[in-house]
Amino acid sequence: MIEPTLNNYVLISAVLFAIGFFGVLLRRNTLMIFMGLELMLVASTLGLVAFSRFNGVPDGNVFVFFILTVAAAEVAVGLAIIVALFRKRGTVQVDELNALKN
Amino acid sequence: MGSLLFNFFALLTVICAVGVVVNKNAVNAAMCFLLSLVGVAGLFVLLDAYLLAFVLLLVYAGAVVALFLFIIMLLDVQAGGKAKLRGITAGAAAISAAVLALGVLTIVRAPQTETALAEVEPVGASLKLYAYQLFTTYLLPVQIMGFLLLIAMLGVIVISKKIEAREDVK
Repeated sequence: MIEPTLNNYVLISAVLFAIGFFGVLLRRNTLMIFMGLELMLVASTLGLVAFSRFNGVPDGNVFVFFILTVAAAEVAVGLAIIVALFRKRGTVQVDELNALKN
Repeated sequence: MGSLLFNFFALLTVICAVGVVVNKNAVNAAMCFLLSLVGVAGLFVLLDAYLLAFVLLLVYAGAVVALFLFIIMLLDVQAGGKAKLRGITAGAAAISAAVLALGVLTIVRAPQTETALAEVEPVGASLKLYAYQLFTTYLLPVQIMGFLLLIAMLGVIVISKKIEAREDVK
């Protein structure tokens, strides 16, 4: 059992960020990489809300709104790019998307 | 009670996040992501940010995960295995893993802050305060966010529309 202190909230936020980071690093599918990115964004919002709550200031909470907005815009544009990529190349595996390599 | 709920939601969040990363099936990974978001929303409720928990579920679970599922089914993708690490990628991965582990260790070893939740006024609990902040201090960022959403919408339409080569344009 761990107590709900600021350190533990930040710890969970950091662990979540690390998991998302390794998702980005280890997966080969562009969609899964994108999901790892989203996980990292959510982890950062958890840290902001925890700091805001324990310090009694509202700014962190308000900032989470902006992060959510940017995340929504990012997902829309990113998925549109993935669909366009799939149409053009017929694959979304990062290994096979090497048109810029040589 | 609060401690029990905190442990439950924290475990749910972390275990489902690991599920997102290791799952072979893309649809299962998206479902794990959904459960992980529910865990984060629960943690937001424990932090008295009720509105944010609601908005997180609405935006992420309602829009983002649904969009992911649509794209997974549209493209019929397989999640694919782990990427082959080689050369400079492996080096960069090792360095970043060490840095992340160092960060987590620093938080674990840091002196515990003594602030109890009961001592601090829950400022995030009232809607009035969000509205006041958004319309005074953060008025310009709100405008910029609106513009960003407009640009994103137009960009998505342009990217995903099939544009046929027309003779009269050339």
